[in-house]
Amino acid sequence: MSGATTHGGGATVAPREADAATATNGDLVTVKDLKVHFPITSGIVFQRKVGAVHAVDGISLIVKRGETLGLVGESGCGKSTTGRAILRLEPLTGGHVLYEGADLARLSGRALRRQRRRMQMIFQDPYASLNSRMTVGDIVGEPLLVHKLCPRREREKRTRDLLELVGINPNTLNRYPHEFSGGQRQRIGIARALAVEPNFIVCDEPISALDVSIRAQIINLLQRLQGEFGLTYLFIAHDLSVVRHISDRVAVMYLGRIVELAENSVLYETPMHPYTQALLSAVPIPDPAVEEMRRPIVLKGDVPSPVDPPSGCHFHTRCPAVQEGLCDVNDPALVEVRPAHWAACHLITPGDFPNIRTAENIGPDLGATALRDEGG
Amino acid sequence: MSDDLVPHLENPEERRAYDQAYGDTGADAGMATIAPDMETDLKTGFETPAEDTALAAGEAGYWSPDAAIIEHKGTWEEVWERFRKDKFAVAGLVVIGILVIVAITAPWIAPHDPTTQYDEGLTMKGMPMGSSAKFWLGTDTLGRDLLSRLMYGARVSLVIGIMANGLALILGVIFGLTAGFFRGATETAIMRVTDVMMAFPIYLLAVALVSVLKPSLWILIFVIGFVYWTPMTRVIHGEVLSIREKEFVAAARLTGCTNVRILYRHILPHLVAPIIVYTSLGIATTVLFEATLSYIGLGVQPPTPSWGQMISDGQNYYLSAPHLVIYPGLCIMITVLAFNLVGDGLRDAFDPQQRRR
Repeated sequence: MSGATTHGGGATVAPREADAATATNGDLVTVKDLKVHFPITSGIVFQRKVGAVHAVDGISLIVKRGETLGLVGESGCGKSTTGRAILRLEPLTGGHVLYEGADLARLSGRALRRQRRRMQMIFQDPYASLNSRMTVGDIVGEPLLVHKLCPRREREKRTRDLLELVGINPNTLNRYPHEFSGGQRQRIGIARALAVEPNFIVCDEPISALDVSIRAQIINLLQRLQGEFGLTYLFIAHDLSVVRHISDRVAVMYLGRIVELAENSVLYETPMHPYTQALLSAVPIPDPAVEEMRRPIVLKGDVPSPVDPPSGCHFHTRCPAVQEGLCDVNDPALVEVRPAHWAACHLITPGDFPNIRTAENIGPDLGATALRDEGG
Repeated sequence: MSDDLVPHLENPEERRAYDQAYGDTGADAGMATIAPDMETDLKTGFETPAEDTALAAGEAGYWSPDAAIIEHKGTWEEVWERFRKDKFAVAGLVVIGILVIVAITAPWIAPHDPTTQYDEGLTMKGMPMGSSAKFWLGTDTLGRDLLSRLMYGARVSLVIGIMANGLALILGVIFGLTAGFFRGATETAIMRVTDVMMAFPIYLLAVALVSVLKPSLWILIFVIGFVYWTPMTRVIHGEVLSIREKEFVAAARLTGCTNVRILYRHILPHLVAPIIVYTSLGIATTVLFEATLSYIGLGVQPPTPSWGQMISDGQNYYLSAPHLVIYPGLCIMITVLAFNLVGDGLRDAFDPQQRRR
C-alpha cells in the first residue's frame, strides 16, 4: 500500500500512506445507529412537519480497512441514502459516523472539506453526475484544483495520468461528457473520485445504469484499482450476483434497517434471516431443469411505506415465520448469531439454527448447474 | 478476490480483437462502421473514409474509439443552427441589427438635427407637413424633422431598454440564485418579497417613483430596472431549484468545492440559456415600458426625442397629420416585435426537444 505505483505511460498516482495512529485499528468507517428521516411538511407560508420518511432507521456497521462491504436490498430500502449519509451528503437525523475514530458529524466548513479528501463516491447515473458544461479535463482536474494538490503546471499531467489509469484516452480531455458513452462516463467519474487519493469509496450502484456488456469492465477496473491503491469500498447494489462477485462481506437491508451481515460466501450459502432467504430464493438459476424443481419463497404483500413503517420488526408484515406478540412489538437487535455473522431476528438465537436452509431450497450458487450438499 | 469476468489477454493482438468485438466503443465508431464513406450530416469529424474504416477496425489504438483529436461541435454552434432555421427569429435579429446600427450612427446619418425647428417645416397655418424632399417623413408640430427624431429616439429607447433590463437581470440573478441555492429562511424571505412586488402595479409604482425623482436617463434606467426584477427572480429561482438537485452538484460538494465555487462554476453556466432568453424578451418589455412613461410625460424630457413622447405630442393631430402618431408607433411596434421574435427563437433553439411549429 505504500510507494508510488506506475501505470501505463509512467503515471505516478501514489496511494496514501496509512496514518500511524490508525494503523493498529482495522476499522476505517464505523456507523452507529444512523438515522436519516426526511421530514414531510405541509402548509403554504409556514410549513409544519406532519410526518417523516424513515429512509434509514437505525443502522450500525463497520467497514474494515481494505475490504469491500456490499450493501444490498430492494429499491427504496434506504441503501443509497445510507451511502450518502456516511459521506454527509444527506443530513443525519441521529447516530454517528466515525472515520478512523473521528466523528464526522461535528465537522463543518473547511474541516469538512479537508476530510472530503479521504472519502469519495461513485454515482449511479453516469449521465447526471458529470457537469455537462465542463470538459472532462476540468471535471477530473477540479479536485486537484480545489484541494491544491499540485501546482498549476502539473495539473494537466496529473489529469492525463488519471484518465489513463481508468482507461480513457488522455487526448480527449478537452471534450465534453456528452461525447462519451455511458461506460466511459462512469470511468471519468471514477477518475474524478481517485483524483484526491481517497481511502474509502462509496460505490452507489455504479453499474446499474450501464449496458450489461460494459458492467464487467467497470467491475474489473474497480477491483484492479482496489488492489493497486488499497482502497476500501462500500458497494451498494441490488444485483446480488455482482455483489457476490466483488464483496468480502455483505449486509442486507430492509426498509431502513440492516437485517443480516455476514461474510460473502456464508451469507449466500447459509442465510439465516427470513428476508435474506426469500431474497436469495428469488434469484433464478440458469439451468431450466434445476429451476423447474425449485420452489422459491414468495413473500405476501408489498413493501410497506417508509413513511409509516411497521412497529417492531419492519419485516413482520410479510415474514413467513412471524410470531404474534413478539415480532410486531419489539425491535430485533442485530446480534452475532454465529462468529462474524449478524442477524436481526427474534427467532434466531445465537448458537441455535432452527431455520437454516439448505442448498436445495434456495440455490446458493448463482449460475451453478449442480446441486451442492448441505453445508454447515 | 475472484478472477476477472472477461479473459485476461496478454497478447495485444488478441486484446485488440477482443475489444473490437466486445469493447466499449464510443458513439462515433458505430456510425463509422455503418457508412464509412458517406457524406453525412452528423459530422463525425473524420477527414477521409480511410480513417473511418481504420477506426472501425480498432487499429488506431488500445482505447477505442480513436487516437486522433477530433474537433467537436460546441453547443453554441448547435444553438445557432437551430436558431437559423426559424425565419421569424432571423428576421427579428436582422431588424435589431438595423436598429442598433441606426442608433449608433444616428449623429452621422440623420439628415437633420432633431431639435432644430425649421420655419419651412410648418405650413402657412403652422401645421406640421407631410413627407417632402427635404423632410422624408414629414415634420412634427414644431417643425422638426420626423425622421431624424425617430433615429435619435431609437438611441433613447434602446439604451434605456437594454440597460434597465441589465439592471433587472443582475438583481434577478442575485436574488434568484441566493433564494434557490440557500433555501430555508432566506428563500422564504426573498420569494415572499418578490410576490409582494409582483402584486404591485408596476406602472403606477414607476410613475410614483419618477414623479418623486426628476426624470432623467439614469433615473429612468434605475426605476424601470427596479420594478422589473421580479419575473427574472422567479425564473432563475426555479431553474436553480432544479439544477441544485442534479448529481453533479452533489459530486462537486463531495469534491470539496465551496458554495461560491459551486454557484459560479457549476450552477451559473447552466443558467446562461434561460438568462439569454428572458433577457431578449425582457428588453421588449422595458422598451415598451419606457415608451409608456414617455407618453405620459415622465420619460426623458424634451427636446430629447423619445418615441412615446412623440406619440403624445402628435396625438391631438391624429386626424390631420396622422404620420406624427403612426411612425413612432410603428417603430415601437417593430422593435418590440423583433425582440420578442428573437427571444422566442432563442428559447426554441436552446431546447433541443422542442418540436417545430
